Amino acid sequence: MKRFIGFIKKEYYHIVRDKRTLFILFGMPIVQVMLFGFAITNEINKVEIAILDHSKDVTTIELSNKIASSKYFEIKEFVANEESIEAAFKKGRIKAVLIFEKDFSKKMMTEKKATVQVISDATDPNTANTISSYIGSILLLYQQEINKDVLISYQIVPTTRLVYNPELKSVFMFVPGVMTVILMLVSAMMTSISITREKELGTMEVLLVSPLKPFQVVLGKVVPYIFLSVINAVIIILLSIFVFKMPVQGSFFLLGIESILFIVNALSLGILISTISASQQTAMMLSLMGLMLPVILLSGFIFPLSSMPVILQLISNIIPAKWFIIIIKGIMLKGVGLGYIWKETLILVAMTLFFIVVSIKKYKIRLE
Amino acid sequence: MSISLDNISKSYGKIKALNAISFEVADGELFGLIGPDGAGKTTLFRILTTLLLPDQGQATVAGYDVIKDYKNIRNQVGYMPGKFSLYQDLTVAENLNFFATIFGTTIAENYDLIKEIYIQIEPFKERRAGKLSGGMKQKLALCCALIHKPQVLFLDEPTTGVDPVSRKEFWDMLKRLQQKGITILVSTPYMDEASLCDRIALITNGKILEVDTPKAIMAAYPTKIYKVSASQTYQLIQDLKTYPETHSVYPFGQYMHFTSNKTNFKPQDLIRYLEEKKHTDIEVIETVASIEDTFMELSK
Repeated sequence: MKRFIGFIKKEYYHIVRDKRTLFILFGMPIVQVMLFGFAITNEINKVEIAILDHSKDVTTIELSNKIASSKYFEIKEFVANEESIEAAFKKGRIKAVLIFEKDFSKKMMTEKKATVQVISDATDPNTANTISSYIGSILLLYQQEINKDVLISYQIVPTTRLVYNPELKSVFMFVPGVMTVILMLVSAMMTSISITREKELGTMEVLLVSPLKPFQVVLGKVVPYIFLSVINAVIIILLSIFVFKMPVQGSFFLLGIESILFIVNALSLGILISTISASQQTAMMLSLMGLMLPVILLSGFIFPLSSMPVILQLISNIIPAKWFIIIIKGIMLKGVGLGYIWKETLILVAMTLFFIVVSIKKYKIRLE
Repeated sequence: MSISLDNISKSYGKIKALNAISFEVADGELFGLIGPDGAGKTTLFRILTTLLLPDQGQATVAGYDVIKDYKNIRNQVGYMPGKFSLYQDLTVAENLNFFATIFGTTIAENYDLIKEIYIQIEPFKERRAGKLSGGMKQKLALCCALIHKPQVLFLDEPTTGVDPVSRKEFWDMLKRLQQKGITILVSTPYMDEASLCDRIALITNGKILEVDTPKAIMAAYPTKIYKVSASQTYQLIQDLKTYPETHSVYPFGQYMHFTSNKTNFKPQDLIRYLEEKKHTDIEVIETVASIEDTFMELSK
């Protein structure tokens, strides 16, 4: 035990003396959460649009005002004819153009029907979709308003309610993802690098020719990083609660336990990487390419898994991050208990055990 | 026997790093492994310190088999690899403390063993190991390898890259450690260090050429050896090489070491030949063979 504590003390010195790495370790989560929280978002907010009004009557002006007064849109300009639409788009700021047809009010009265054309800039398909559906709902609301005295024989009224994230804040989606990515990065990359560094510097040679047992070396490498990763997880959760007002509906205790489980999972992956790479550089490339990309792309962090090809969906099952994201979204947003996420938890436990067993089997007691 | 090797071979792919090596090192002996870079010295050390498995043959260290009883050996030996293998970001004291703890001992417990060496680096004990000079690094590494009072000490090229004064000090320390009953196996590419060992093994291309005391090895040199000098050194070596009676000629300091292929060789004949070649200040003096001469002769 004394040997083990001595080893951890040495690891502690390595970590605190490497100021640059330490800065990255703790600076990265803060920067990433801020970046994803403030800058990268799927929401639309004050989108600039243009209007081409052929009638300029009571109804169209009222409609335009309604759109302008919503917080989603801002009417940037009124174009005079169809020809200038193209030019307006090309200037780049206008994302959509609304065209009211001629004699709008009159047609509504006489033909009981008038058309509005929405042209949106689909260079960014997601935004284009959101814009048209938002405009659609504003128009629909207006229609209901003017029809409220008229009795229509049949009517289907959908009342939608968005639960767990009623304001559709994308930061709620990103925080669990960022937390997953950072825990994975810190845990797996740092351990794999710190083990391969010993190989590279030749100190592993001396450690091997000592009574230290392999599991003591490995465990001694892992313990300090569990500690660091837990601090990171706490920082991220605190940031999301206090800066982004993200609720944690479920139990903090369960969140903590699941996070530690995921950290251990990532650490054991890191050890596995270190057993197969001879240099720090290989270890870093393997962690970055082999872990980061799948974690970002195939975990459901940014891109929804359900819309991926079947083969990618199958692959995503072997990525621990996918299960962890399901777990923390469940705990933080839905407030579920272990009863709802035991399956995902079990999968993570099994994966962790697998990695540990393989890396102990692969850990070399000699140089080759 | 502290160390015994029987027919040890090791290959890396097609390259035979060690070829049927056998020798023994007695308890308390200071044994030198002398050979050029790439002779297989490091591979041999790694096999004896249980870091590599031999392809064939048997070896024991402190009575334990290097394959089966590797755990026991790891408790008994001190190993100082050729490359500086301490933690550069830890201070001198932290490094020493770390190695003491992982061997389950303390600095205080074995202080008398490292005292003479440690005293020299103690003024710098708060300095990071990476910032020490070459000689100090070696002293620290030696302290770390000694801190658990090993029975057998393996030093792989401990003096490579160390200045001559520190090298001398280093060998003095080894002599004192030997008096404390520690068996030492040390490798070096420097032939002049060979004479400081009790016994040496000459190794090249993975083969042992000779195992004996340095004296016996020098005495066993088969022919008379002469040191030759003249004013034009470069021309001298060329002319000696073309001399029909030459067996071998090697530069050795300011002289050429020369041996003849004739048993009744007369120095006067050589002087006459060199005079014909317009050399001046010619000197031909009989001398004693050094380890290096033997090594050159044996590895021919």
